Amino acid sequence: MDVNAPAASPAARIPQEKIQRIRRHQWASVLWAVVRTPRGAIGLGLASFVAGVAVIGPFLAPDSPYALVTLAFAKPSGHFLLGGDFLGRDVLSRVLEGGWLLLVMAACATALGIAGGATAGVSAAYLRGRSDGIIMRAVDVILSFPQLVFALLLLSLLGPKLWLITVAVGLSHAPQVARVLRSATLDISERDFVKAAELQGMRPAKVMVKEILPNLVSPLMVEAGLRLTYSIVIMAGLAFLGFGQQPPAANWGTMINENRNGLPLNPWAVIVPAALIALLTIGTNTFTDAFARVAIGVDRRPEEAALLDDLGQEVAE
Amino acid sequence: MNHSAQGGPGGSSPRGQQAAPPTGDAATAAQRGIRLKVTDLEVRLGASGADVVSEVSFAVRSGQVLGLVGESGSGKTTVALALLGHARRGLRITSGQVLLDGVDLLGLSPGDLRAARGARVSYVPQDPSSALNPTLKVGNQLREALLVHAGVIDNPADRVAEVMREVYLDATPEILGRYPHQLSGGQQQRIALAMAFACRPSLIVLDEPTTGLDVSTQRHVLDTVRSLCRSYGVAAVYVSHDLAVVSGLVSDVAVMYAGRIVEIGPTARLFREPVHPYTRGLIGAVPSPERAEVLTGIDGQQPRPGHRGAGCSFAARCGYVIADCTTEAPEPVLIDGRTVRCLRAWDIQATRPERQAVVAGPPSAAEAPTLSVRGVSASYGSTPVLFDVGLDVPPRACVAVVGESGSGKTTLARCVAGLHSNWTGEIAFQGAPLDRGARQRSRDVLQRVQYIFQNPYTSLNPRKTVGQIIAQPLEQFVDLKFRERSARVVQVLEDVSLSRDFLSRYPDQLSGGERQRVAIARALVVQPDLLICDEVTSSLDVSVQAIIVELLRRIQRERQLAMIFITHNLALVRSIAHSAVVLCDGAVAESGPVEQILEHPADPYTIRLMEDVPRLATPSR
Repeated sequence: MDVNAPAASPAARIPQEKIQRIRRHQWASVLWAVVRTPRGAIGLGLASFVAGVAVIGPFLAPDSPYALVTLAFAKPSGHFLLGGDFLGRDVLSRVLEGGWLLLVMAACATALGIAGGATAGVSAAYLRGRSDGIIMRAVDVILSFPQLVFALLLLSLLGPKLWLITVAVGLSHAPQVARVLRSATLDISERDFVKAAELQGMRPAKVMVKEILPNLVSPLMVEAGLRLTYSIVIMAGLAFLGFGQQPPAANWGTMINENRNGLPLNPWAVIVPAALIALLTIGTNTFTDAFARVAIGVDRRPEEAALLDDLGQEVAE
Repeated sequence: MNHSAQGGPGGSSPRGQQAAPPTGDAATAAQRGIRLKVTDLEVRLGASGADVVSEVSFAVRSGQVLGLVGESGSGKTTVALALLGHARRGLRITSGQVLLDGVDLLGLSPGDLRAARGARVSYVPQDPSSALNPTLKVGNQLREALLVHAGVIDNPADRVAEVMREVYLDATPEILGRYPHQLSGGQQQRIALAMAFACRPSLIVLDEPTTGLDVSTQRHVLDTVRSLCRSYGVAAVYVSHDLAVVSGLVSDVAVMYAGRIVEIGPTARLFREPVHPYTRGLIGAVPSPERAEVLTGIDGQQPRPGHRGAGCSFAARCGYVIADCTTEAPEPVLIDGRTVRCLRAWDIQATRPERQAVVAGPPSAAEAPTLSVRGVSASYGSTPVLFDVGLDVPPRACVAVVGESGSGKTTLARCVAGLHSNWTGEIAFQGAPLDRGARQRSRDVLQRVQYIFQNPYTSLNPRKTVGQIIAQPLEQFVDLKFRERSARVVQVLEDVSLSRDFLSRYPDQLSGGERQRVAIARALVVQPDLLICDEVTSSLDVSVQAIIVELLRRIQRERQLAMIFITHNLALVRSIAHSAVVLCDGAVAESGPVEQILEHPADPYTIRLMEDVPRLATPSR
């Protein structure tokens, strides 16, 4: 063993270098760390199961989601595994068909809400002064409406169009995202590296995009997960209230509304779409939670980083 | 393995003592006046099992203070906390004894340990502003400390008044009724000291309690600690990274490196003739206000736990290294009254470290100044901070701006740099008056005046690589092709003694000293005419501070820069600056050539600052 002793030190260094290579891609490394936690794995598993159903579903549907193939509220049988809905359509086919548009719209609304909210929040916090006042008061006004009411208000004014639903839900997210990112930015814009960029004559817009935004990755990711969850719930809710896709289109939210009268006859027509929405919400929420936990460890405040230098990297990991 | 040799003053006691019943042990300890005896303390990382601290043994007599000295990461705070039976998250105390008056603190049950903490062993933390509860009045916090240990002190109200007097604070209801934020840093630290001494403990652990305090406040706190330890007969352990701070206070010094005590012995002897190369390095790094010397820091970083390898941990940074050092771990040897962990202790003892004097070229006063500040007054909101300040920075000269915190020295620097725009008066750069804020200034001026921030932990964007950080000002100011830009970035990295491997690293992979070098490189890469250094070493270890100051001195001479060096440490001024300006409460107290200010200070404020500068307590070296 003594002969190998000098060789042991470069060998011991290999994991260290590997760690550094992974850490270069901060996004990827954080996501990987999240997936490795039990919480993150469960969350991702649930969410991708539901997403899988929604995306592959339309190709697997045994019947047309619109054809009247069985009796109203028929009990599950060999051919119709989940029975019939209130018009006698196949519930399984409608469940498989009714998810993807909901997911796409929720994703678009989330992206819209995050983009709008981040722009407002970051510029309010960085520019301060009058811009801060104007932006944040506007945010307060929108915040004073409950999200669902705000979306309903827009929809009842302009009619239930799919693009409008997406915009309305996205817009109702923006103020909350703006609040969170404003406070995160207030902290970061006080750090010296932002001052250093200003001393280099960098324009404010560039400072925000190049210096501040990369440091907001964690709050942005956490917000995105959270807002995706809310988007799904609100959109399903809007569909339940009759403001989503219009009949006869299949939609998980609409299905719960349509079939609730037949609960004693064929409960699956309500339970299955409701369960899918619940699983998706729980999944995205759990994953976001895991992400937030990991991100706290990654985005240590600089003072803490200095303290941890004292102990060595091993403790930090 | 002869660990007993490492035990310092009390280490000569026989090894068989541990097996003896506690009562007998207590008797032996009492005879020798030893209150605290630590043997073979070892702390490991929970997960990987690597040792953070090991083979730490020392003893402290009653009324005496042991200094635990080392760079950050040496394990000194870990040892200090282990003395209270505490290990930080992720760490475990795996073996060893902490005998306090003959009782092993590490062997106590959680309940007994809790009762002992605060009453028999107490702790003074580094930062009193975060250690005191901001929602409790200080009087209540003091009383709380006494009430938790009911029965230890008979009359808590009298004791509060008594202990307040002992830390030189008035025990008036007015002071006791204040919240921590209504007290100054020095007063907060005195309250923390009062809490620690309130229950008349046997052992006090002080973890760098004066870091972040002004030199004058620091001296008062140190005086208080010294007199309290004497009058109570407590044993104290004082943790610090600054040898000069502990030199006047402690009777023995233990120098820690990479989790081990590398040299331990009586203060005077150890400071006059340090043997271990690391101790020599630490002493060489301490700036002296009396002599203009080249500061010799210790380059490199200490190995992290788990990466210490075979042989001496210091070998990679040691100037006396031989082949055996990398393979053979040094055992402690007793030499000239102290215990040293070094294979070449005997050879090294025979040599004397030499210090090189700085040859300061006289700045040319005849030329027009690069920067001229005339009658500048500044305020934050409605609070005035600077009053009618004036100074000149000649070309190729370094001007030091010295003052305590709150003296306005950083505000002055920020006015010059354009970070603070609420000022009146005139600041002229190369003859042309400067606009108030950075946004109004031309790109040319922004390029030629560069600013280095105090805290390298916040001045580098954590999401950018070192290469991106240094290239950024080039992209902003100079129109260069990618290839030329890269060449200049690599060149400037070499100038600050960093290899090109650093280009792709992120700031959180660097040590404090390396971060500050990157910050210096970022300022130098655009070839400025004026460099403003704002307390650039205040958040660094003394050994790293020496290297950074030496680097700045070399660059200033080589590139013939005009430089403003802002510091609270008068001792540093001698090594780097040609002239100095002393600020007191926002006004210039005194200014002139460095020799004149340091040797014949005229202003009472400067005289007091000079007296309070921590010095190594050695008559001659």
